[in-house]
Amino acid sequence: MFENLSYLALQQYWWAIIALLGGILVFMLFVQGGQTLLYTLGKTDTEVKMLVNSLGRKWDLTFTSLVVFGGAAFASFPLFYSTSFGGAYWVWMIILFAFILQAVSYEYRSKANNLLGTKTYDIFLYINGLVGTVLLGTALATFFTGSLFSVTDVFHSFWHSPYRGLELALNFGRYATYVNLSLGLAVFFLSRILASLYFMNNIDDETMNERARKQVMNNAIPFLVFFLFFLVNILLMNGFNYDPSTKLVNMESFKYLHNLLAMPMVLILLLVGVVLVLWGIYKAYLGNEKCRRKAIWFSGAGTILTVFALLLTAAFNHTAFYPSIYDLQSSLTIQNASSSKYTLVAMSYVSLMVPFVVAYIWYAWEAMNKKSITKKEMEEDTHAY
Amino acid sequence: MALVDWSRAQFALTALYHWLFVPLTLGTSFILAIMETIYVKTGKEIWKKITKFWMTLFAINFAIGVATGIILEFEFGTNWSNYSWFVGDIFGAPLAIEGIMAFFMESTFFAVMFFGWDKVSKRFHLTSTWMVAIGSNLSALWILVANAWMQHPVGMHFNPVTARNEMVDFWAILFSPTAVNKFLHTISSAYVLSAIFVLGVSAWFLLKKRNIALAKRSMVVAATFGLIMSIFMIITGDESARQVFKTQPMKFAALEGLYYGETNAPLVAIGFFNKTPGPTNPNATEWAAKFEIPNMLSYMATLNPHAFIPGIHDLIHGNKAQNIISYYDRIKMGKLAIAALKEFHLAKKAGNDSSSQAALKTFEANYKYFGYGYYNDPYKLIPNVPLTFYSFHTMVGLGFWFMLLFILALVFALKDKLLQKRWLLYLALWTIPLAWLASEAGWMVAEFGRQPWVVQDYMPTLSAVSNIDSTSVMITFFLFAVVFTVLLIAEIKIMLNQIKQLKDGGHE
Repeated sequence: MFENLSYLALQQYWWAIIALLGGILVFMLFVQGGQTLLYTLGKTDTEVKMLVNSLGRKWDLTFTSLVVFGGAAFASFPLFYSTSFGGAYWVWMIILFAFILQAVSYEYRSKANNLLGTKTYDIFLYINGLVGTVLLGTALATFFTGSLFSVTDVFHSFWHSPYRGLELALNFGRYATYVNLSLGLAVFFLSRILASLYFMNNIDDETMNERARKQVMNNAIPFLVFFLFFLVNILLMNGFNYDPSTKLVNMESFKYLHNLLAMPMVLILLLVGVVLVLWGIYKAYLGNEKCRRKAIWFSGAGTILTVFALLLTAAFNHTAFYPSIYDLQSSLTIQNASSSKYTLVAMSYVSLMVPFVVAYIWYAWEAMNKKSITKKEMEEDTHAY
Repeated sequence: MALVDWSRAQFALTALYHWLFVPLTLGTSFILAIMETIYVKTGKEIWKKITKFWMTLFAINFAIGVATGIILEFEFGTNWSNYSWFVGDIFGAPLAIEGIMAFFMESTFFAVMFFGWDKVSKRFHLTSTWMVAIGSNLSALWILVANAWMQHPVGMHFNPVTARNEMVDFWAILFSPTAVNKFLHTISSAYVLSAIFVLGVSAWFLLKKRNIALAKRSMVVAATFGLIMSIFMIITGDESARQVFKTQPMKFAALEGLYYGETNAPLVAIGFFNKTPGPTNPNATEWAAKFEIPNMLSYMATLNPHAFIPGIHDLIHGNKAQNIISYYDRIKMGKLAIAALKEFHLAKKAGNDSSSQAALKTFEANYKYFGYGYYNDPYKLIPNVPLTFYSFHTMVGLGFWFMLLFILALVFALKDKLLQKRWLLYLALWTIPLAWLASEAGWMVAEFGRQPWVVQDYMPTLSAVSNIDSTSVMITFFLFAVVFTVLLIAEIKIMLNQIKQLKDGGHE
């Protein structure tokens, strides 16, 4: 079945999967957002415990989404994997350290004799929430704004900044840094909105839900400011166009705006995504209790669609998805960075399992979410974090 | 230290740390599933208590296994980016499949297993526990398939245009004998380690006369599971040795410190070196002491007690009678291949078809020894002999001891005399650290023994590294060393506390 597809179609299929994984990952960052709200929404030890346990049933899935995103990128676009990870060394290392700290914190925070004390593990969770979201968002923006690398004839990659990727977030003399950071901060605030919505869905406690409702609006304003700043910038900026006939990359004004106009489906997905995110926020802030419980599904689905559409805009319609501002012709496209056709075909068969995976995750979540988290449960469950 | 040394040190550090936790997850997940199955079948509350106790320890270990695991996947990109391109077309796929097939299964059902006792039905809970076991073992499958491919590359073709190896046969990679053996031997060793952990902790309870009902039952499960798996581990280990002999003869020679090849080769059962051959020493092995079993090495490698086993000298200098091409010749051919690949790219750029075709022919004729071309001195292609030898012999010796321990534990458990045999309980307790020692030694045999290759014969470790400054890698090395050590101490403290705290495990 997949054998009959053209090489380009397979490359596009796999980019779409990467984009979808990216969308799911950003949605799942609500766990990270929640980790930055533990002491804002929880005022007593039991309340904090409820929040931690509510997130504690999901953190591993976010973690897994990140790992699968990395694995899928390695398998389908190995040149991107080797260039970005080997190049922006410090960015990825900081992200990874933040996730390493997270992985033990849930399990260890409330156990006796845990060496560092509950507070330290909660700080680890906060660091992961802040660094994970801001840096992943910033890294996402570089798909539009470019990085400093070159690739040789035999596909060895070189990074041309001693700051190994940190310059993308910290070089304030370059305008694109602000665009990068604006997406990083937008993802940070979005993750806090999604976390608040998730808590409203998952925790059975009126006072805490009321606090979460306020947090939705507190974070919605900065989110909108940063996200719109990013969106307007990428729509107006010069983009990295790839000419398939000459195989050369050149700058094109309003490239990403052109992409959206050339791909109306993607434009619609983007608009629907943004509207859904806003609709969820609106429902949570002004709706009744039933509406509030459902708000996460709107904003969550909206997040996935928005990121999915943005990543398609970055790569489809003859666009370099990982552009180099050091050497334009080293820019990565889905054609020059991908695996061989055979591997993409083999991997495509594996991708047929994804709906099955989604189905059992859904089933397990449903089974577990039948009962919301309550104070009583926290006191009785010996396994609680 | 050079960049490649820091990169190797970091990979070794992170992998060795990760491997402290993974085997316990792999095996305990099945032990939990067995215990919970007994609970569901018999309906006896004590089995629920037993399952929940070991599950608590499992979760503490699982968390740090996850924490130390994420870095390994990304490290291929961050620290070995040239490798990532050279073999990404093959190596990436198992990693992605691992994520899609195994990690989601593991993490989804872990949440149900851990928090779902009162939320889902008994059957669904039991299914979830089994799914965690299957999921974690599936994740081991894919990463070991990837590792086996590096030790014995199959199912691929080098594409000179993209300058990388590309997959041509997925099934050949998945079912290569190296992959099958590596997987079976590794997971069975992990089951044995977990069984020893359960056995040893239970023995401690019996020594302290605490939680006797829980401890006795746990010991029966652990000893039975452990005995079956240790037999399986020895069989697959034996088969692995034959695979290594066929595909990595230099590693095989290093395992035994064998310098001059011989027929009727004896196996050094116990041995100590004075001096070993290596990159800076081209001379034969000097033994301080050794005890040999006649003909055993020939038999182990080929099932023929008289067969010829090549030593390090035969591989480096060649052996016409045995049809072995010398490393000197391989280096020459490797250099031809590297030069031809360069020529091919230059001619292609210049649009010179006939030159590029000629270069391609030379390249293809010599590609088999491509990696050797990065070296001038064949002695640089000898792995660290003492490290490989001692790791191998420690692993094998302990493997047999574990089997004996399980037999003893099972015999006295069935006679219900465990409490009286305090010497056995002490032995079981002291064997816990030995299980980890053997497990890490196994990793060292596989990974140090194959040096200097990252992909056998095709890519040496030194050409696989990212183009990065060594200071950055040095800093991250120390960061990992500190963070992982602190987390390990925290894990051990928490675990010991949980074990000591347990009081309601029954008195029989």
